[in-house]
Amino acid sequence: MNHTQPTPHYDVIVIGAGATGAGTARDCAMRGLKVLLVERFDFTAGATGRNHGLLHSGARYAVTDQESASECIRENMILRKIASHCVEETGGLFVTLPDDDLAYQSTFVESCKKAGINAEIIDPKEAIALEPAVNPAIIGAVKVPDGAVDPFRLTTANAIAARRNGADILTYHEVTKLNMSQGRVTGVTLRDQRTGEEKRIDSDLVINAGGIWGHGICALAGIKVNMFPAKGALLIFGHRVNNVVINRCRKPADADILVPGDTISLIGTTSSRVPYDQVDNMEVTPEEVDILLREGCQIAPALAYTRILRAYAGVRPLVAADNDPSGRSISRGIVCLDHATRDGVEGFITITGGKLMTYRLMAEWATDLACKKLGRDAKCETATTPLPGSEVTDSNAPVSHGKRHIIELPTDQKAAQGRHGTMTADIDFEANNESLVCECEEVSVGEIRYAIRELHANNLVNLRRRTRLGMGTCQGCLCACRAASILGNELGDHAHALRDLCNFLNERWKGMLPVAWGQTLVEAQFSSWLYEGVCGLDPDTLPPSRTTETPTHAQPSSTAKA
Amino acid sequence: MEYQVKNISPNNFEQCIKCTICTVYCPVLSVNPDYPGPKQAGPDGERYRLKDPEFYDKALKMCLNCKRCEVACPSGVRIGDIIQNARIKYDHHAPLLRDRMLASTDEMGTLATKMAPIVNTMLRFKPVKAVMHSVIGIDSNRTFPAYASRTFESWMRHKAPDQSGFKKKVSYFHGCYVNYNFPTLGQDFVKLMNSIGFGVELLKKERCCGVAKIANKLIKEATRDAKTNIEAIRASVGEGRPVLGTSSTCIFTMRDEYPHVLGVDNADVRDSISLATKFVYELIDSGKVKLVFRPDFKKRITYHVPCHMQRMGWAIYSLDLLKMIPGLELVPIESTCCGISGTYGFKKENYATSQAIGKELFDNILAANVDLVACDCETCKWQIEMSTGVPVSNPVSILAEALDVEATRRANGL
Repeated sequence: MNHTQPTPHYDVIVIGAGATGAGTARDCAMRGLKVLLVERFDFTAGATGRNHGLLHSGARYAVTDQESASECIRENMILRKIASHCVEETGGLFVTLPDDDLAYQSTFVESCKKAGINAEIIDPKEAIALEPAVNPAIIGAVKVPDGAVDPFRLTTANAIAARRNGADILTYHEVTKLNMSQGRVTGVTLRDQRTGEEKRIDSDLVINAGGIWGHGICALAGIKVNMFPAKGALLIFGHRVNNVVINRCRKPADADILVPGDTISLIGTTSSRVPYDQVDNMEVTPEEVDILLREGCQIAPALAYTRILRAYAGVRPLVAADNDPSGRSISRGIVCLDHATRDGVEGFITITGGKLMTYRLMAEWATDLACKKLGRDAKCETATTPLPGSEVTDSNAPVSHGKRHIIELPTDQKAAQGRHGTMTADIDFEANNESLVCECEEVSVGEIRYAIRELHANNLVNLRRRTRLGMGTCQGCLCACRAASILGNELGDHAHALRDLCNFLNERWKGMLPVAWGQTLVEAQFSSWLYEGVCGLDPDTLPPSRTTETPTHAQPSSTAKA
Repeated sequence: MEYQVKNISPNNFEQCIKCTICTVYCPVLSVNPDYPGPKQAGPDGERYRLKDPEFYDKALKMCLNCKRCEVACPSGVRIGDIIQNARIKYDHHAPLLRDRMLASTDEMGTLATKMAPIVNTMLRFKPVKAVMHSVIGIDSNRTFPAYASRTFESWMRHKAPDQSGFKKKVSYFHGCYVNYNFPTLGQDFVKLMNSIGFGVELLKKERCCGVAKIANKLIKEATRDAKTNIEAIRASVGEGRPVLGTSSTCIFTMRDEYPHVLGVDNADVRDSISLATKFVYELIDSGKVKLVFRPDFKKRITYHVPCHMQRMGWAIYSLDLLKMIPGLELVPIESTCCGISGTYGFKKENYATSQAIGKELFDNILAANVDLVACDCETCKWQIEMSTGVPVSNPVSILAEALDVEATRRANGL
């Protein structure tokens, strides 16, 4: 377990352990600041864990937003180096369908070149050979350096890096108050979500990296930031339909990107405004599923008959320019606010807007500002220092033919290497630790134990984000009970594990519900039959846990039963 | 365009709901925990192999290709086919000389029958066995079935009773075993078919069905043989002669492995490829023919269901035909794998696994205390005879022996 006893005073408290918060904690810690990273639920519980996992080349923004596009391509190249174990260098295609305007292609390629993105027009036949899943009717294709990035791994690696540089980390601690004194923020009051206990922690500076929830953090200091939550829904297909990212070469619209990520493919997204009070309540509607399927099948016809595992939605933290309270001129760019100059509140910074792709740059901006305010002079080194897991060692050094070679290892160890990179060396695969917990995603007992002990995982949803437990075809049917048993042993609290098992199964069902037909429905039925019917699991008759409930994040709807 | 009306995936691998029933029925897993099991090796592993071929697990070669997993699967996942296809696609090791020898039944058979007495003596000679064991890896506990001096094809062309007088005809896919080792079974088949009014012809050209080549990854060669066979079968069916066999594995391979594993289309003739026992049973069942048996035939037997027979679901035909013999006492035993799986059990690294898998069957057969085991597969026959000492006969041979030929001919108006 990773029990952190916070010290009474920090240079910086970073709120929010999404990619940006974890990245900011890492950058601050690497520059010698004493850092506390706090998160109300788990790493990546917000927007970071609910996006496309696309390593944007920036091409998508090239025509409409040159600045974002060039930021993307620069960060893209940096992440390939510093986060190699989180990145899959798949390459990407922008394809033109018969209904699309082929003239857009030249505008697109020109804009890409201007932004520094290597966009190369290729013959549609070559594109089909490169990615056989693409619609064979395409009339144009452009090759770009897109890829896939795993936001869970990326964020965890940043948090581990922060920890290795001396930062403290508290998950499941919600900021209930920004402590103020004479117009400046002097620290935070935290509530331990598991015990309900409150504690005050002082700091010279508080950095708000709460994403869309940062709106509420600002409100604690009486500050207003105009955020406009935009919901994006996605569908997860049961296996890798494509091995190259496929985008549609037209003005960005619904469901025009198909990303291969680990064992699955993702189609997305939609875009719709949601009221701020609904950001914890993201449910995918039948209309959204229809749009995703209809448009998705245009770029890859196989989506019409490929099994869908689940649907989910995330919230983009879009920020309106300060002089535009109506929100009409919304930027996808990075917003770094010094509340001293903006609102007259000292000791408080908000870093928001941006994208997963630019999380490191956002962290750099926020840390630059923090150092300036604290009078520290330290250079940012996050762009050149590899993240934990991605360090170049003799065994993973790129070989001449450009493909890493994994020597004959059992498949679970190969899979673990894909997830944890060089950190896999810390996992014990000996004896019964090599038994599989999650068979669909090749997660072993040893990997689960490692995640509980080293990666701040306290419940099954945490374990899912650290290891892919329950992300496969059966959506937790076989692995949930095994993982719960290990969790109960490790935490010494089986009642907690049992409650958590119910939570986890409900959370899985929530994502299956919008696509509950065919084998996915059969799977859910089988799961319910097994847990409720055979094992007699009933959320209403569970023994009380020693600790209070661990909220996973947005709670599953009460009607959802596994 | 219709969306998500049906979910389609290669070999139905996405139909898997992870119920794990297949794992319970896998004969390999029950004796060898190093094997990942059908679910893990099949649909689970497939997702990872689609992500990166590096995830191919060489333990997949432990699969017997018995297809018992497919029989068990409630979701119609072709688990065995997924595993065989993965071996073909991702295992880039070239087959060993031994594997080539074991798989090249036609080539070896053609050579061996020419000097059968010498070859048979040599193959039984202990020092030869020791050399084969240590040098090429064929287990010394195994004895190759003896080669015949005259092939079945040669007998058909020169010695068989005239078949031209029959109005109704079938083509016989004899397979390598009947041709090179055991023509008697083919002769029994001709006797049975002639007595119910069917003439028997050979196919224009017959090659090995390819099952051993598939198992040993000689895919190019297997595909070539498959195409030759399907072309000959197509010609036969076109001339009104369905194609019958007496080996369940040959028939299974040509019906199912050709399209699923080799990609050789047989859709137009698949229904006309059948096993002799099924064909005859259906004729009797529809009242078209009758069998009359000798009153003096008395035997106590049991029937072993070969794995591929189980996969086709056809054991019932052989069993019900045998039950028609009045003097035959049939002792039922549990259907389990004998463990040999064609060439698998001949390899020295598999011998122990092979015998461990078969143990339950051997014990059951010995406990049944029978004169004879009936079985539609020749490799099961070798395995059971070697491991229990109880003789094994094809149901067609048992029927031919029990048949009162003259009475049967009369009953069928001949």
